[in-house]
Parts: sequence; structure tokens; C-alpha cells
Amino acid sequence: MAETATLDLKPATLAKIESLFPKYPDKRSLTLPLCHLVQEDLGYLSDEAIEWIAAKLELEPIQVLQVVSFYPMYRREPIGKVHVKVCRTLSCALVGAYKTCEKLEQALDCKRGHTSADGNYTIEFVECIAKCGMGPLVQVDDKLYENCKPEELDGLIDAIKTAASEGPESADHPKPQPGTPAYEG
Amino acid sequence: MAVEQRRVIYKHVDEEGYTPDIDCYMKHGGYEVLKKAIGAKPEDLCKEVLDSGVTGRGGAGFPTGMKWRFLDRKSGKPIYLICNADESEPGTFKDRQIIYQDPHQLIEGMMISAFAIQAKQAWIYIRGEFINGARILENAIEEARAKNFLGDNVLGSGFSCDIVVHRGAGAYICGEETGLIESLEGKRGYPRIKPPYFPAALGAYMCPTIVNNVETMAQVKHVIGMGGSEFAKFGVKGDPGTHIFGVSGHVQKPGYYEFEAGKITVGEMLYDVCGGPLPGRTFKALIPGGSSTKILRFGERFTGKHPNTGEDFDWGVEDIPLDAVSLKCCGTFLGTGGLIVMDDSTDMMEAIANLMAFYGHESCGQCTPCREGSLWLNKMTLRMTGGAARNQDVDLMKNIADQIEGRTICAHGEAVAWPVQSHYNKFKDEWLDKIAHQGNGNGRYNPKGYPLI
Ligand SMILES: Cc1cc2nc3c(=O)[nH]c(=O)nc-3n(C[C@H](O)[C@H](O)[C@H](O)COP(=O)(O)O)c2cc1C
Ligand code: SF4
Ligand code: FES
Repeated sequence: MAETATLDLKPATLAKIESLFPKYPDKRSLTLPLCHLVQEDLGYLSDEAIEWIAAKLELEPIQVLQVVSFYPMYRREPIGKVHVKVCRTLSCALVGAYKTCEKLEQALDCKRGHTSADGNYTIEFVECIAKCGMGPLVQVDDKLYENCKPEELDGLIDAIKTAASEGPESADHPKPQPGTPAYEG
Repeated sequence: MAVEQRRVIYKHVDEEGYTPDIDCYMKHGGYEVLKKAIGAKPEDLCKEVLDSGVTGRGGAGFPTGMKWRFLDRKSGKPIYLICNADESEPGTFKDRQIIYQDPHQLIEGMMISAFAIQAKQAWIYIRGEFINGARILENAIEEARAKNFLGDNVLGSGFSCDIVVHRGAGAYICGEETGLIESLEGKRGYPRIKPPYFPAALGAYMCPTIVNNVETMAQVKHVIGMGGSEFAKFGVKGDPGTHIFGVSGHVQKPGYYEFEAGKITVGEMLYDVCGGPLPGRTFKALIPGGSSTKILRFGERFTGKHPNTGEDFDWGVEDIPLDAVSLKCCGTFLGTGGLIVMDDSTDMMEAIANLMAFYGHESCGQCTPCREGSLWLNKMTLRMTGGAARNQDVDLMKNIADQIEGRTICAHGEAVAWPVQSHYNKFKDEWLDKIAHQGNGNGRYNPKGYPLI
């Protein structure tokens, strides 16, 4: 096996990773959890990250790459500071999700599937996020905004812009309160 | 209002002052059923579940007690329990409220189930997008462990079982139980071929495994709480208990509601509960149980003999009682109880194009008919809605769908085929009418509704 890559992970991430091993009958089961943890820490899954995870789980890097390339939530590239995901599936589309996405694209000067030139925003269409009665739904990082009607987006756009102007969130974020987008996300 | 909700699973959902912590849950009588169950014989609990007739709430509606009976107990291998919290079928948003607002109800249901089937370990496979939901469950598990409701030697019974929360990463197919198991094992979510890989015999880590939906696990708590025969008295024959219905799309008051099976009709649900259509609109179509179930068209009629009552029925869409048996009589399914409502502003060709974009994106790619078929249908409907539809495309779509159904490893194949077949059967006229309006390359035509693709 190739020499193990080193990764600059936070101590909290490393501790969390170690705590997972006793929970499964087989190390390979940690592939998805480790990909999540490393991506949350470093922003995306680089070649080095994939090699590091593989070594940690005594797998071949291709086995981790297979997983990373299959699941839509994993990224091989860095993205903008704020990740905006618009649900485009039927229930949300019926109440205007496509128009909502267009409006967001204009307001943030960013095409869906891309990152804005200033590096602040990445907009993506995603499939159903399971709150279909409250659509259109927009998930901004780990916050879920409901009823994002194309005609009433000012509040959401402000929230997205504020998120981009703030520094990176601290690792130990405060407990989200019920009824807030952070709780529902 | 004619029919009152009967909130069992959702008793405390959206209740003022109700919080997801264990103290609140126990103040409302939580974990009493587990305490009772842990003193009973596991086989007696399985019998109660069988007698109750409770069916799975993940979409297929298979009787839970029967599924548990299929467990291979002779192999000597450990038994595993997995709660399917993937909630990925479009139009479905019922498990979310249990997870976010009443997580201990799920954990209590899971521990009762784990004890009943004598599981050695349990997992909750939760969709990756429920980021805070996973935190809430992990927190609830630690609270329950501190009170010895899970973990080692549960309540001094000698039975040990832990629950681990496992996050998915955005793939719909991981809701399919064998795809889920592959994903849990750290692989791509490729569904397994059945036979031989029935989870009850060869599931997680090739050990006997039960996979049940979140709502099913919560129902089990109430089955044991009231007893199987008592539970069976609610709802209808073949579909006992309550259902959570999630209504989305074109109604005044979309939302989630819990009713006894068969006690409310589609019309009562849409008009009395959900406030009717939007101003100036009329209902056109209903997908009754999540996006893969067959669509119904307002105005069509269903006739036949009802298997439960033996009586003849002659129903419009509004008259159909919301239970699994009655919907089957009308050629569709109750599925996950996710009702997607479309009014007269909806362009039906754009609607099917929206669904094909979903199923094309989510096919795992293992079987040729599903992989190629769903992508063709996706590409075709994109072209057709984009303004370049041809009359012959309409029959071609049906033809492709017919060749997928029944020829794939998992039911994703049907999930692609059924919408196309049923939309074709019921809305072919609208597709052709739209094609006529498009003319030859006159461009996109959808004068009334929101774009759906
Ligand atoms: C394509 C596909 C997607 C599915 N998605 C889900 C899902 O998100 N949640 C779920 O509980 N069941 C889902 N199912 C059904 C599961 O395979 C399985 O039948 C269910 O989890 C069993 O639980 P139950 O008996 O309690 O319903 C899906 C099935 C298919 C074919
Ligand atoms: S039917 Fe589709 S989703 Fe299911 S295994 Fe085959 S290719 Fe994959
Ligand atoms: S369709 Fe958008 S949340 Fe389900």
C-alpha cells in the first residue's frame, strides 16, 4: 500500500473517528461516517483524504472512491462559503421551486451547479428533502428554510448573504432551537 | 369537520411545550411499554405484533409480524435490527416529525422490537440531509442509555442491545432495504438480488436482519402497549391502526395529519382537512402514496366489489377511503401516505418530466432496463417539454416503461415504470394536446402553471 497521506484534521474530528470503531462489526462500515467527518472538517474529499480514509480502514483507496463517487453529498472539489441547495422534486416544483432557484441565481449572481465568482456561494438543485408540504424548500448549509415562494425571497436572500459575510462557524455550534431553520436542517 | 384526527403516533407532535428530551417523554408516560415488554417473553411479543396485523409503513405495506417470522433463527448468527429512516420517497414527510419532535418514541419502539426479535445490535439508517435529526437521535440514545433503557443489561433483564445512528449521503436508493444494508456496510448502495439475499436470512454482514420503517417501529410500541387484538380493532381489515398522511402540492393547507385507516375519504382529506384547492383552481390529479404510486385523475370512476365489505362500490377519486385495501381496489397504492395534489394549472407532461429527472438521477445503475430506461425517459421528457415533442414519443414512453417493469433487481424499476404507465393511461390526451400546441419546434409551451422541469 502507498505511504499513508497525512491530513490536517481537528483533534475533535480525530477523537470522533476513534470513537466509531467499536460500534460496527466491520471496519468497512465506517466508510460513510469517515467521509462525512473528513468532509465536514476539510470542506471536501481530496485524493489525500480518500487515501487517508482507506488506510485508516485498511481498504484500497478505490473502495473509498467508489463510495465517494456514488453518493451525491460527497464532494471532490471545494465549494463556496455558503452551500445553497434547492429542492426541485415534484411537490416543491408544483409550488414554484424552479422559479425560486432562478431568483436565487440572480440575487447571488451564481448559476446552479456552480460557485459564484467571489467564492461565496454554491447553488445546487437537490432531490426531495422530505418536508414536501412546506415547500419550496431551500437548505442553506445545515439550515432548512420552508415556504421559499418565488415571490417572497427577500428574507432568505438576506440570511444567505449574512451567512457568507460571517466567519466559518465554530466546531462546537450552539444547540439549535426548535422552530428555527437550524433545528429543522 | 366530519372526521376527527386520531393522533397516536403524532400525539405530541407540534404540541405546545412538548420537547424531545427524555424527561418530557417520561412525564407523558414514555418507556412504560418497554418496561412492561422487557418482562414478557420475546415470542409472546412477536405474537402480539403478528395478531395486530400491523403493516410496514415504508411503502410496501408488508405485515410486520409476518416479516419477523421469516427471521432465520437456526443459523446461530447474531440477529440485527435496522430502522429505515431514509425517508426518501418524494412526497413523503412523515418520519421527520417523529425523529425531530419525539425521538424517544422511536427508540422505545426499536428497543421493544429489538427485544422481541432478540437483536444483538440495532442501527438507525438516517438520510444524510437530516443533519440535526441525527444529532437529536444520538442525544436521545445517550439519554436512554443513562436510564438503562438501552445498552448493556437493559433494565436488569440480561438483554443487551445498542443503537447506532448511521448517516446516509443523499442517495434515494439507500431507502431500498438491501441497498441500505450495502450502504451500512460501507459500499455503494447497490440493492441485492432476492433470492437469496432476503434480509431476514442474509442481511447486514450476511446475518439475519429486520429492516423496518420509522413509523412502523413507533406503531410497534402502540401494538405492545394496547395489545395486538385491541390494535387490530382500529382501521380496516388488512390495514389496521392509523396512518400518517402528508399532503403536498396544490391545496390551501398542506401538512401532515394522522387518521384511522379507512375513516376518511380523499375528498374529506382534500376539502375539509386541507381547505380545498387554491383560489380559482380545481383539482386535476392525485398521486396517493409517494411519487412512485400510480396517479389518479379527478373525474374518473372506479367500480367493483370491495373485498372487505363484499359490497359494490362506484367511486370518484373524492370518494375513495384512505386505506391500503381501498386504494388497491382503484389500481394504485397507499404507499407511504404521501399525497401529491395537482390542480388544473399543472402541465402533466412537465409533471412526468420532473419525476423522470428524479428516477433517472437515482437509478443505481446495476440493471440495464432501469439504468438505460430511466435515463432515456429522462432525456426524452426533457426534449419533449423543451418544445421538440413528437406524437410518436407518447407511445414510445409507454413502451420503454413496459420493458422496465418486472425486469430489475429492485422495485426502483417499478418506481420508474408505474408513473409513466399511469400518466400515459390517464393523461395521454393532455400530452398530445400539448404537442399540438408546440407545433413543429415552436418552443416550450406551459401557459398556466409553474415550470416543473
Ligand atoms: C426505491 C425504493 C426506495 C425506498 N425508500 C424507502 C425509504 O426511504 N424509507 C423506508 O422506510 N422504506 C423505503 N423503501 C422500502 C424498503 O425497501 C423496505 O420495504 C422498508 O424499509 C421496510 O420497512 P417496513 O416493513 O416497516 O415498511 C424503499 C423501497 C424502494 C424499492
Ligand atoms: S432496479 Fe434500478 S435501482 Fe434497483 S438495482 Fe436495478 S438499476 Fe439499481
Ligand atoms: S419534494 Fe421538495 S421536499 Fe419533497
